[in-house]
Amino acid sequence: MKRLTVGAWLVWGAVAFFLINLAGLIGAVVVNSVGQRWFDTWLPQGWTTHWYAGAWEEFGLFQVLVVTLEVALLVVAISVLVGVPASYVLARRSFPGRRVVYLLFLLPILMPPITYGIPLATVLYKYGFAGHLAGVVLANLVPSIPFVILTMTPFIEQIDQSVERAARMCGARTWQIFTRILAPLLVPGILAASILVLVRTVGMFELTFLTAGPDSQTLVVALYYSMSAAGIRAQQSVDAMAVLYTSSMLVLLVIALRFVNPTQLVARVKDDPD
Amino acid sequence: MSGGTALRHRLAERGLDRQLLLLVPGLACVLALFIYPFAYGIGLSFQPASGGVLGAYRAFFTDAYQRDTIATTLGLSLPAAILNVAASVPIAYRMRGRFRGKRLLTTILVVPITLGTVLTAEGLLNYLGPTGWFNRALLGLGVIDEPVRLTNNYWGVFFSLVITGFPFAFLLILSYLSGIDPTLERAAATLGAGRWQRFSRITLPLLAPGLATTFCLTFVLAFSVFPSAVLVGDPAGSTRVVSIAAYHAAYEAYDYPLGSAIAVIMGVVELIVVAVVLGLRSLFYTGSTGGKG
Repeated sequence: MKRLTVGAWLVWGAVAFFLINLAGLIGAVVVNSVGQRWFDTWLPQGWTTHWYAGAWEEFGLFQVLVVTLEVALLVVAISVLVGVPASYVLARRSFPGRRVVYLLFLLPILMPPITYGIPLATVLYKYGFAGHLAGVVLANLVPSIPFVILTMTPFIEQIDQSVERAARMCGARTWQIFTRILAPLLVPGILAASILVLVRTVGMFELTFLTAGPDSQTLVVALYYSMSAAGIRAQQSVDAMAVLYTSSMLVLLVIALRFVNPTQLVARVKDDPD
Repeated sequence: MSGGTALRHRLAERGLDRQLLLLVPGLACVLALFIYPFAYGIGLSFQPASGGVLGAYRAFFTDAYQRDTIATTLGLSLPAAILNVAASVPIAYRMRGRFRGKRLLTTILVVPITLGTVLTAEGLLNYLGPTGWFNRALLGLGVIDEPVRLTNNYWGVFFSLVITGFPFAFLLILSYLSGIDPTLERAAATLGAGRWQRFSRITLPLLAPGLATTFCLTFVLAFSVFPSAVLVGDPAGSTRVVSIAAYHAAYEAYDYPLGSAIAVIMGVVELIVVAVVLGLRSLFYTGSTGGKG
């Protein structure tokens, strides 16, 4: 950066304005979650950590966290197992109906979750899955499998096909090629896709909200209920819970950014040499 | 046996062989968990308790309180999606290439993804509320005489859509922009093209498909706004969006046909917007991007 032009000043000014307000917004919640009484002043009258202890007890947060973790890990495992083979075929093969198959996998991502969540929840209730962990996992698979397929396809396209041909010449079968050749080469891609699915599933509100029962709520849904039932609970304990949620999501995101270069999600070009 | 082999060979020539079986689990999931429920929902929407086959749709469109939810949703989601994409382009454009602190700045801009609806909602209520820091600072500076009302109305929901949608749009745009080969712009510069000309004649057309995709995905996120419309909005009035109407019909009134009908209407409206945007994109530019568009 040599000389900043007017345009640059405007852009960075807007970014700074956004970030200042964002910091204020996050700060307000954090301060409130460790504050005592806070009415018409800049800062609360005293500091305390009892909202955190209270939130942990009151909402049965341990149970909620266990459910969140179970749902997220199951969704990640199933969607990787189902999605990676499908993305292999889509990346490597051309066959009649390929575009239709691709569109089928694209549609769940293009539709808002509520539009398919309501009929899906109705069907899941009909077959007795909804209200349990199984229903929540099944519902969350709908956007996750396509998501794995779409992120994995470019990764597979990057692997030189001659490696596979050589293995096939040596007599390897498809299963062997998968486990011995592709899986090791695809580990970075699979990690990236898994972490992104994990973040999405932990944050997915609508589908879990529509299919969860009282003992299969994830953290987002429990938070929503605790806030929309306001009046019964202190706002500070909701804030404490929200801070816990955001910090765990932040840890996940920072881990994700270590594995995925965010600028290479959809296109891969070498970095600009200057 | 030989007939079977011959058939297999002929199919293999057209690209059909046993390897395609790898698609089966994925397809089965999409068919069982997406297509079947959707078809079931469409079927259900044509079987209301009263009013004949189209009763549920008639009930939705003749009731102004229900019908207006579509306009409310579009009134929130279209401006939010446009703002998110429009703000991302100049910021991402300045963030191509390498400079000190790029990774940190990217991370900071992406952090709002982790906030979640509830923290955003609580933050907006605390920060922008009548006694919040924002109003307090403006009052202190003498910009306003009494607190501005920015929560529990349209603006609260709009801000929450911008906060959660912007990082997502920014990441995608940055990713598309980094996919455009920078040598093209340098070539234009050697031919004497100015900054604005390079942007409008080279980068923007190449970015158009990425812009359209990003707009669609951001719009889908904003269109399905539900929790924040309840928490920071005015869910009975100015921010009664269509997903609230669908949820109420299905899970509070237990009118599943009406709930399904609203979900179908929601899907159709959303797909119309996506189709219009993608159609405009193909009018504007039809080539391919540098990367995989």
